[in-house]
Amino acid sequence: MSSFVEILHISTLIMMIVASFLAVFFRKLLPSVVALAVASLLLALEFYILHAPDVAIAEASIGAGLTMAIFIFAIRGTR
Amino acid sequence: MKEMSRIVKTVTNFVYGFIVIFGFYIIAHGHLTPGGGFQGGAVVGSAFALLLVSYGSLNSGKFLKKDIFSLFENFGLILFIVLGFSGLGITFFYNFLANSGGWFGDAAVIGVNPGDMNTGGVIPLMNIAVGLEVLSAFGVIVLTMASGAEFTKKKERS
Repeated sequence: MSSFVEILHISTLIMMIVASFLAVFFRKLLPSVVALAVASLLLALEFYILHAPDVAIAEASIGAGLTMAIFIFAIRGTR
Repeated sequence: MKEMSRIVKTVTNFVYGFIVIFGFYIIAHGHLTPGGGFQGGAVVGSAFALLLVSYGSLNSGKFLKKDIFSLFENFGLILFIVLGFSGLGITFFYNFLANSGGWFGDAAVIGVNPGDMNTGGVIPLMNIAVGLEVLSAFGVIVLTMASGAEFTKKKERS
């Protein structure tokens, strides 16, 4: 049981690193913002695995919802 | 600002009501389950952001108005500070409704139980006040950012 939780932790962190790398790597702006939101959503999943559902709800709604909306407004404003 | 494609708008039509109901569920069950006023208000605010991103600021101006959000924000803050001052007979923020038998006044059950909504005293009312304030503050933030993007675009055109 403990090893399953450890595998879940490590795979979530690896996927977070991959998503953050993709956010830097993409040339277009909208896929980069979506990759940043995916990284934030995986951070919320990591908080939930660490037994903090309270922080997970706040992180998922602010980091993945509101920040992405504001970035999309900024991209629409520059084009 | 322009609206997005038809796929995004259809998914928004399906999902929007569920997100709003889930946010109000988190606010109303704040004293029993994880989450509270801030988290539920943030969920409802992200639903407003979704509506504004997918439909554009011109089409959703009928549903999201900055004046009504500002009014709700002031109402939430005034309700919170009135509830704080109401317990001033003993101390500031005294829980004067707990175990009184009236509103949210049942005694808390000890042990494993499904959860009684009618407990907690003044805590659910404060959760509702904070939720109303955070919800409308996020609506104001999103509307201000959208109008700022519109203004920048118009300035670069000319």
